[in-house]
Amino acid sequence: MENNKKVFYILLIPVLLWLVFLIIVPHIELLVSSFKPNSGDGGFTLENYQAFFSDKIYWKTFINTTLYAIGVTLLSFAVSFPIAFYLTKVVSPKYASFLTLLLLIPLWIGELVTIYGWVTLLGDNGVINEFLKYIGVIDKPLHLLYNNISMTIGLLYMSMLFMIVPIMTTLESLDDSMIEAASDLGASKLTIFRRIIIPHSMPGIINGSIIVFMLVIGDYVAPNILGGKSSLWFTEQIYNQFLSTFNWSQGAAFGFLLLGISSATIWVALRLSGQKLDKVGE
Amino acid sequence: MSGNILEIKNLSKYFDDFTALKDINISVKEGEFISILGPSGCGKTTLLRIIAGFLQESEGDILIEDKSMKGIPPEKRPVNIVFQSLALFPMMNVYENVAFGLKRQKLSKEEIKKSVLDMLSRVGLDGYDKKKINELSGGQKQRVAIARSLVMKPSILLLDEPLSALDRKLREHMKVELKELQKEIGTTFIYITHDQSEALVMSDRVAVINKGIIEQLDTPHNLYNNPETGFVAGFVGENNRFEIASRDGEQIVTKNGWRVTKPNLDFNPTLMYIRPEAFIVDPDENMEGVEVFEADITTILFDGANTKMLVKPEGKDEILIALPQNAKFQALKQGDRVKVAVAHENIKCYKE
Amino acid sequence: MIRSLPNSTGYKIGFRVFVTLFFIFLLLPLIAVSVLAFNDSSAITLPWKGFTLDWFFANTDDRVGLFKDEELLTSIWISIQTAFAMALLSTIIGTIASLLFDKFNFKGKGVLYFFAIAPLVIPGVILGISILLASTAVGGKIESIFGIDAEIFSPGFWLVVIGQFSFGATYAMLLVSARLKKFDPALEEAALSLKATGLQSIWYITIPFLKPAIIGAFVVTFLMSFSNFNTTIFLVGSDPTLPVDLYSRIKFSSTPVLNAVSFMIVLAVSTFAFINLIINRNKK
Repeated sequence: MENNKKVFYILLIPVLLWLVFLIIVPHIELLVSSFKPNSGDGGFTLENYQAFFSDKIYWKTFINTTLYAIGVTLLSFAVSFPIAFYLTKVVSPKYASFLTLLLLIPLWIGELVTIYGWVTLLGDNGVINEFLKYIGVIDKPLHLLYNNISMTIGLLYMSMLFMIVPIMTTLESLDDSMIEAASDLGASKLTIFRRIIIPHSMPGIINGSIIVFMLVIGDYVAPNILGGKSSLWFTEQIYNQFLSTFNWSQGAAFGFLLLGISSATIWVALRLSGQKLDKVGE
Repeated sequence: MSGNILEIKNLSKYFDDFTALKDINISVKEGEFISILGPSGCGKTTLLRIIAGFLQESEGDILIEDKSMKGIPPEKRPVNIVFQSLALFPMMNVYENVAFGLKRQKLSKEEIKKSVLDMLSRVGLDGYDKKKINELSGGQKQRVAIARSLVMKPSILLLDEPLSALDRKLREHMKVELKELQKEIGTTFIYITHDQSEALVMSDRVAVINKGIIEQLDTPHNLYNNPETGFVAGFVGENNRFEIASRDGEQIVTKNGWRVTKPNLDFNPTLMYIRPEAFIVDPDENMEGVEVFEADITTILFDGANTKMLVKPEGKDEILIALPQNAKFQALKQGDRVKVAVAHENIKCYKE
Repeated sequence: MIRSLPNSTGYKIGFRVFVTLFFIFLLLPLIAVSVLAFNDSSAITLPWKGFTLDWFFANTDDRVGLFKDEELLTSIWISIQTAFAMALLSTIIGTIASLLFDKFNFKGKGVLYFFAIAPLVIPGVILGISILLASTAVGGKIESIFGIDAEIFSPGFWLVVIGQFSFGATYAMLLVSARLKKFDPALEEAALSLKATGLQSIWYITIPFLKPAIIGAFVVTFLMSFSNFNTTIFLVGSDPTLPVDLYSRIKFSSTPVLNAVSFMIVLAVSTFAFINLIINRNKK
């Protein structure tokens, strides 16, 4: 097959069309647009980037969003790892496939519906407040919605699965007898986790973290619907520029900055873990 | 017309700096059964893939039926392959597997059906046409793979170690079956293997390849009895190998200190081989042209008709000797001292 | 600590409590949203005012049920069409890409592969705005040169399909590649040796082997498209897809009809998932 030029070109051409016209050219256009003046005419300007650095609300939101996204990624790992471990190594295999399926359902239902679900749960007359009132813990509703906590719940909820699945994949490839051997040699649970299980599942943890970070930093729905006035998310700035103020060049500059910070963070994560981007998809 | 169905001329293949095949020349007559024998990594599979067209030669040429195969893709060459893994299509049944190649040739349904059923009956698989591949035994799969290739009426059938996946007993059986099938249909077979017994039993001629070079291309009989190189002597059949320290006229001394007489030697050998069955235990007093020595039995390796023993002559060498299981030798035991002879012509010397 | 080792009761109970809480966290929003679809109230939250099917079938001044809401039904239909087109395109190109990267070595393969998996780590919003910018630029050029308004380059159905396809193909490629790794290349060589052409051997041997993964890729990309918001919002024209419609309703005019839609989606996805589970179980 290697020498079959005809097949090669038949396969290559559609792939090239896809990558050149839908990945490479649009991102070049993004970069070029970010240096265009907002008037719409040609020319080169740095004003879009100057606007970013001179207005505190922009760069502060940018930094906050990045730090917050890293925080949510760590939180997501803390919640996901025990679940992934439970589903692959602890629970009886009879239930494992059923529980894994339950895990996947919210993903396929989609972000809008699940975030809406949280609105009905956390609202002032929402299920949680009504329940707490019913059992008499509170008499006035707690303001659970439109703050950083509800936003975090939403971000965690919609991204968690992308952490659990890659970790499960690596844990499945960990031979149980290795854990048994370590236990047989007298290692404590903590040591087994630290020296055997975590190192083995590192590729999955890195994969999951990269995807979760990217999803969280690029998300709009959860911060916009569940977040409060103070929970400004950087994507909201991009949406505003494109969909309300129609300053596309400014939006392009913001987009490029977002792409820059997310790529840089992912690059650092890959560097620190010694992993290759090729492996992220596996 | 050279009369040869396949001619490989000065063929070489390089992968970057690595030389996989060097200056290979083989001529094969129509209807011959040729084996390419060598250890793993010797280049035999590369050679097969070049003949089939999956790899391109770096130098030299291949002629099939006097036509150069340069630049001709695999699907246009008059050869078919039986793969090591057999590569039967799991999503198709036996009939569809065998019919696959014929369908690509746009033959009529009736023609295809006739050829396929005919071929299946020739390989003894009558009535198996609707079976799924995973319902077949190892030997049956083997026959489907062969039928699938033979139905294409290739000029040459290439077989890439097709017996290696079978268990020992079935392999012994298939060796015989394959040889008989080849005789019956008369197609030229080129058989790749690392198993010298397969090569010797089935082939008309065998090419022994080592490190990309043909060491010897000969009949099984000659390969066994007159190996031309030390490698062939060591690789084909069981053999005793001795490294030579020095020569003094007709006297050869091994590194471990055993002295043997080998007359008419015109070079200084570095290696000496003697087959286990070349030794005569307790020889006649008046035999001529033989080397006679005494040795102590260190171990008897009982294996029915294949029983052997290890003996130690003077020095530190240990020699493996075939021990016929007749009444005369059954009493031999460890520690006995025996007289052994070996004909001078059976002492094979090589220089490396 | 694992199934085969003895565990202390504390470890077991602790683990179980954590996992149970997790699954409550996971399913609670879906259950709440579904149950409230049947609440006889105009508010999307409690209190419970009795059972009704109004949010599915009513057509009065203050209550329009899901099946009477033209706008909502239209957006669902648009989403289905979009998802079908996107999944079809993504699966075809994704499969082609996985075959290309698996079977051929060529100059620039590494770079090309990098771009092919890049959408995994590019936020959807970036893909959305870049494709919007690029298509607007191209559309503008075409208009100024040829004087025609090339509709395919302005926000609308096809731009959404193209935008979602730009990352859908990546996921399809990865899903198909995973199965392609288990393919014995000798099967393809056998087909070639039996005088099939390169394309025939891919079509008759490789593609049938990949069929389960190809179907899987279609389903996954279909669902991805159906629920996509981040990329779609920039490319959508005057006809919103379901997620875009849902977003503006959640933001500005929530009524329990949203719960009704949500309930239908929850029901459809769960049914599909469990049928799938049962089929897989029976296979084993």
